[in-house]
Amino acid sequence: MSLTIADVEHVAALARLGLAPEEKERLRDQLSSILGHIELLDELDTTAIPPTAQVIALANVLRPDEVRPSLPRDAVLANAPRLVDGFFAVRAVLGGPGADTDPS
Amino acid sequence: MATGADAAPVGRPTTDAPTDLPAAELRRRLDARELSAAEVTEAYLARIAALDPDLHCYITVMADVARAQAAAADARIARGEAGPLTGIPVALRDNLCTVDADTTAASKILQGFRSPYDATVVTKLREGGAVFLGKANTDEFAMGSSTENSAFFTTRNPWDRRRVPGGSSGGPAAAVASGLAALGLGSDTGGSIRQPAGFCGVVGLKPTYGRVSRYGLLAFASSLDQIGPFARSVEDAALLLGAIGGHDTMDATSAPEPVPDFSAALAGDRDLRGVRIGVAAEYDVDGMEAGVKAAVDAAVRRLADLGAEIVPVGLPHTKYALATYYITAPAEASANLSRYDGVKYGLSVESATLRETYERTRGEGFGPEVKRRIMLGTYALSSGYYDAYYVKAQKVRTLIKRDFDEAFARVDAIVAPTSPTTAFPIGARTDDPYQMYLSDVFTIPANMAGIPGLALPCGFAGGLPVSLQILGKPFDEATILRLGHAYERSEGWAERRPNLA
Repeated sequence: MSLTIADVEHVAALARLGLAPEEKERLRDQLSSILGHIELLDELDTTAIPPTAQVIALANVLRPDEVRPSLPRDAVLANAPRLVDGFFAVRAVLGGPGADTDPS
Repeated sequence: MATGADAAPVGRPTTDAPTDLPAAELRRRLDARELSAAEVTEAYLARIAALDPDLHCYITVMADVARAQAAAADARIARGEAGPLTGIPVALRDNLCTVDADTTAASKILQGFRSPYDATVVTKLREGGAVFLGKANTDEFAMGSSTENSAFFTTRNPWDRRRVPGGSSGGPAAAVASGLAALGLGSDTGGSIRQPAGFCGVVGLKPTYGRVSRYGLLAFASSLDQIGPFARSVEDAALLLGAIGGHDTMDATSAPEPVPDFSAALAGDRDLRGVRIGVAAEYDVDGMEAGVKAAVDAAVRRLADLGAEIVPVGLPHTKYALATYYITAPAEASANLSRYDGVKYGLSVESATLRETYERTRGEGFGPEVKRRIMLGTYALSSGYYDAYYVKAQKVRTLIKRDFDEAFARVDAIVAPTSPTTAFPIGARTDDPYQMYLSDVFTIPANMAGIPGLALPCGFAGGLPVSLQILGKPFDEATILRLGHAYERSEGWAERRPNLA
């Protein structure tokens, strides 16, 4: 498996991961190499094998639908880089006039 | 390069110092008032101050918290209300959330992050009266085998400071080995407790998936991650597992299984007659060091001397475990780490748009190995590749698990080396990610199958510790602890300490 810079850029965009040009080149080479090792799995015919997502015999773990105490709002917001009126603040997502309402 | 197991003793014998004694012996002396928790804690803090500037076990030392906990522990002991861990100094790996110290996962993206809640294991230790010495180093987000991926510094191996302590829980492993903590907590996704325990010559246990609550553990690969103990004896590991195990409503994947009295399981005699121990030829691979093989073979002979029946077993899909892991773990990681977006906590590189803020925050905040795994996992989950990689890996995972199910129908435990080599030099594997991944080749299968694995010292090669791995049936940690304890008492390996003066 050999990746191109375009492949790396596509995956980085999916992962919202900013990469410098030299990082893209290094990742192209390293990921191609790792994917080459992973091709070992092609030796195995798994058409009749069911997939395993997790290993313990638990399914549909439910709890009663009851109100429980949660963390105080101040404690949860204490690490936030930007706040407005007790909310997490982000750049406007929908664009247009007034999109840049950054409070900081 | 070692050619065989060392015949001459390595390191020094255990002394009577509080920083040398196993936790069970500290417990006895605390209860007998021969030592106070304050004295024990001060001894550890003094040793940390003297040695950690060079060893780099800790990201954050919690001296004030530790002193307050020690005073509370002494009061509790005086009231006759001590539990097994009251007054015992513990190192917490820095991916376990604590309200009274930062939790960074050794990542720039979380530098300065203060969790609003404690991990369940932290709560249990706090309530049990343990003393928290600090937050110990790790590879960034638990991704690595050497702590060289820590954004802050590389921990040194106490047996040879030019070498790595293993990883990713290298900080707590080296701390317990160096007398900078009596016990440690780490987490194991592909070997991150067992491999560093082996490289540092201490006991490390990855419990069964679901045995210990993962609430408050920063998630790496959620179907594989499990929290477990580091200790200077199997008895101590049993003590700590008993304190942290059990069902937790805050973790839907924690198992509603009863927690046996692990310490009581060790109380029997050393006679292993009637115990069937499997040995798999698939764990004898090219690239295994001769000294490792010699020490592990000697340990198997010792187990036979103690009465165990050694039974050949087949684990034919072992060679596929590494490739399977490097699809499954990065895929889960890529989803888990999407939460680090510069909005709720941690680093935020504010840019013109939200999307650019995400990309720049993550681009600047994550180190090279974390980026590599996010990329690999995102690729394996992306449209057009999902079936070929992710589903394929899940199917091979079924085959690996079936191998163990079939073997454990015939044996009570399986023994293998913990790692194919002893600790390697700092910098030796950083240029080739796949070489680094290979150091977990013997530990990964247990994570894929969810079974427990115990790593314990079984000798030295080239002056460095060698480790024996004992794998068990799901939720049968008691058996592997019993076997490990019997082996440990028949040898003196666990009583050797590195020379650090």
